[in-house]
Amino acid sequence: MNLGVIVLAHTALQRAEQAIRHWADAGCPVVVHVDRKVDQNEYSAFVDALSDLDRVKFTRRYRCDWGGWELVAATQNAATELLDTHSELRHIYLASGACLPLRPVSELCTYLDARPETDFIESSTTEDVPWTVGGLDEERFTLRFPFSWRRHRRIFDLYVKLQQLIGFKRRIPTGVVPHMGSQWWCLTRRTLNAILTDPKRPIYDRYFRKVWIPDESYFQTMARLHSTKIESRSLTLSKFDFQGKPHVFYNDHKALLRRSACFVARKIWPRADELYDTFPLPYDKPDDHVTPNPSSVDRVFANAVDRRTLGRPGLYMQSRFPTVDRENAVTAGPYSVLQGFAEVFDDFEGWLTKATGGGDVHGHLFAPDRAHFTDDSPVYVGGMSDHPTLRDYNAKMFLTNLIWNNRAKHQAFQFGPMDTQTINWMVAKDTNARISVVSGAWIISLFLAREEFSDVRKEAARLQQIEHKQLKILRSPFTKARVRVMTLAEFVRSPMETLQIIVDEVSEQPHPRLAEAPSMVKLDGLGAFLQDLRNQGMHPFLTGEFAEDTDTGTSLQTQQKPYLVR
Amino acid sequence: MFRCLRKRRQLHAVQNRTAAIRKGSILGFSCVRNEVIRLPYFMQHYRDLGVDHFLFVDNGSDDGTADYLAEQPDVSLWRTDDSYRLSRFGMDWLGWLQMKYGHGHWCLTVDADELLIYPQHDTRKLPDLTSWLDNQGRQSFGALMIELYPREPVGQTTYQPGTDPVAALPFFDPDGYRSTWHAIFRNLWIQGGVRDRVFFGPDPTRAPTLNKTPLIKWDRRHAYVSSTHQVLPRHLHDVFGTPQYDRMSGVLLHTKFLDIVVEKSKEEQIRQQHFENSAVYAEYHKALTKSPDLWYAGSNQYEGWRQLVDLGLMSKGTWG
Repeated sequence: MNLGVIVLAHTALQRAEQAIRHWADAGCPVVVHVDRKVDQNEYSAFVDALSDLDRVKFTRRYRCDWGGWELVAATQNAATELLDTHSELRHIYLASGACLPLRPVSELCTYLDARPETDFIESSTTEDVPWTVGGLDEERFTLRFPFSWRRHRRIFDLYVKLQQLIGFKRRIPTGVVPHMGSQWWCLTRRTLNAILTDPKRPIYDRYFRKVWIPDESYFQTMARLHSTKIESRSLTLSKFDFQGKPHVFYNDHKALLRRSACFVARKIWPRADELYDTFPLPYDKPDDHVTPNPSSVDRVFANAVDRRTLGRPGLYMQSRFPTVDRENAVTAGPYSVLQGFAEVFDDFEGWLTKATGGGDVHGHLFAPDRAHFTDDSPVYVGGMSDHPTLRDYNAKMFLTNLIWNNRAKHQAFQFGPMDTQTINWMVAKDTNARISVVSGAWIISLFLAREEFSDVRKEAARLQQIEHKQLKILRSPFTKARVRVMTLAEFVRSPMETLQIIVDEVSEQPHPRLAEAPSMVKLDGLGAFLQDLRNQGMHPFLTGEFAEDTDTGTSLQTQQKPYLVR
Repeated sequence: MFRCLRKRRQLHAVQNRTAAIRKGSILGFSCVRNEVIRLPYFMQHYRDLGVDHFLFVDNGSDDGTADYLAEQPDVSLWRTDDSYRLSRFGMDWLGWLQMKYGHGHWCLTVDADELLIYPQHDTRKLPDLTSWLDNQGRQSFGALMIELYPREPVGQTTYQPGTDPVAALPFFDPDGYRSTWHAIFRNLWIQGGVRDRVFFGPDPTRAPTLNKTPLIKWDRRHAYVSSTHQVLPRHLHDVFGTPQYDRMSGVLLHTKFLDIVVEKSKEEQIRQQHFENSAVYAEYHKALTKSPDLWYAGSNQYEGWRQLVDLGLMSKGTWG
């Protein structure tokens, strides 16, 4: 057996036992760590229950607090034990008691056998990730956190404030580039061994002991130092809400989990009997080659976020603040802001003009070089100049004027994170605006340009930040515009429905079903490109999940060092 | 709270099975009067959801309610013949029981004509919900009350005890809810719905309040103020979403307008025991005895929790 498993358990031990049995039955040696907070009788009963399995060993118990160092220490300890006693292991999987294998463990082994050198660990630099609890991202690594966040929240906050006030900063050990990511990884023996036997480990350990939530950063950072081949994603499916708490899977998620084709999922609700009865699926036909596809799960959980922002205004949830700026339409008539479509399709403007047979469809009006009017002329109706400086001097007036001057026709223009962003608030608050965004579509031009990878990475991070900021505005409670946001992955999967809506909007009347679709840019290899970005520590979260197709051979892998935090 | 202590002497135990309450049991509290028709389905609904033990106060029923409840294996029953209104509509009586038995438990406080639903309630039971709330650090769970009514004028179809009352009352108002901020109790005050539309047009501030906080992790220091609309300490009814921050919430399906409401309203007219201002309610009860038609073209037929989530009447919050 090539695969060994570390299981960290602290609650619902009966379910943990079930999960451990799945691992052990498949022939994997398992080392179990049980939190010291579990009471002694319960612990003994748990050990007894598993005493029939000689592949299962229990390790020294640490008392683990959320966000504390002990969890890492426990993992290190368990990993050392596993590596020392089983020389045959090639991959080590870190799982929890609330993890459940969804597919047969043997399929996971086959999958890993085909990738003997690869470390699966989600690992991104702080500037690239959107998930930050309590507003602390980079500061996790530069402040001290001696107080428990759960138990002494006030002192925790106070101490952080104090350090910020006096400008305290810890020195990060040389050579260490902080990375963060999912706690659940699968590392090769080579990498794990290198981490555990690194002569500088005492220095690193001393440093990480005071980092906040080291279980999400210690191995993620260390792997960057020692690994030769990182796949920056977790093989364990786990989703987090905006407070950083893990989503729990219930019985009604059964079909969803099955579709995801992921190997392992967490957290499973201990009382979800149906899930525990169903998974892991029995090994029936050889579908080992099916790669995990967490995108469907992503969609369901992302929808929960969107629903509140796209709900109808005027319902009880909106009316809590009667002082909301009730400035209604500031423009003369309805107009459309289209973001990302011109990137996905060849000559989208031309197609839309033809399809609507009416409205003015402009290019990127707010592009950095000049305003691209529909007929590409330097001066448009009403004496509007295409000069960028003149336009940006008062971009809001530029837009209101354009719409006023052409109020007989519906105006539509392309927009994107590379354009002037000063109009965002005005457009968002304007009831006349119809905003459609394919988020992350800017990646396509970067993908097609095939420039130096480090430049691409930098530019992608910049555009993503701009677009993320814009989407935050569109999701704010003050937004009155009609807003439609989908990720690139979602849009590409079924573009026609959205296009139909846009055509109806621009021509201001319902149309018969669209006969002709615009031609889409070739996107083969985009999934691999995105995974490459991820492997370099940049997390393109706005594009949505593309099915992993790294095996298609279009890899752009370069040996660039990850971009530094500082 | 002192009221609860004082009024406890008005309660007489009929059937006390509270010894069956275990650590972590979910408790149901209700004060009833002549509800033998609604109770069979009520019990079924909440047993399905995972309520472990019910504590009822019977306020002078004469239709067999007490006998029915005393027979149920998971019910403890108290009886009182004192005034419902002077006991703040039963809250003083229930408050005493909650203080004594509810401490440390998730307590559900509902009327016999209220059916609690929440997102995923068909597949996730109350223990699933409360454990998630615990995990989120929340001590209370809010619900919007939605009135159900029939297609025909009220009182024309006969309801069979034990059947789903939603089948007899399939319609509700999908919009027309308004909310204001209650300055004293710091909760969201939601009014509207069908009663507002039909009965309280001339005097909307008197319309029934629709926000409730029926599910609370009880502490002996807690107390409901006015039915389950308001509760102290005040942070407990901080349960609804804000524009920036979506909170998961549920809905109480209000099955008041079954055919029996006509009879009951006649009785109410005589008893005059209802909320804050009995004079206003007298008009309302009078109107109810005349079999009003509550349905209108904008009514929606109830389809299930997903529909209510899509309408924005309850929210999945972050419970994915």
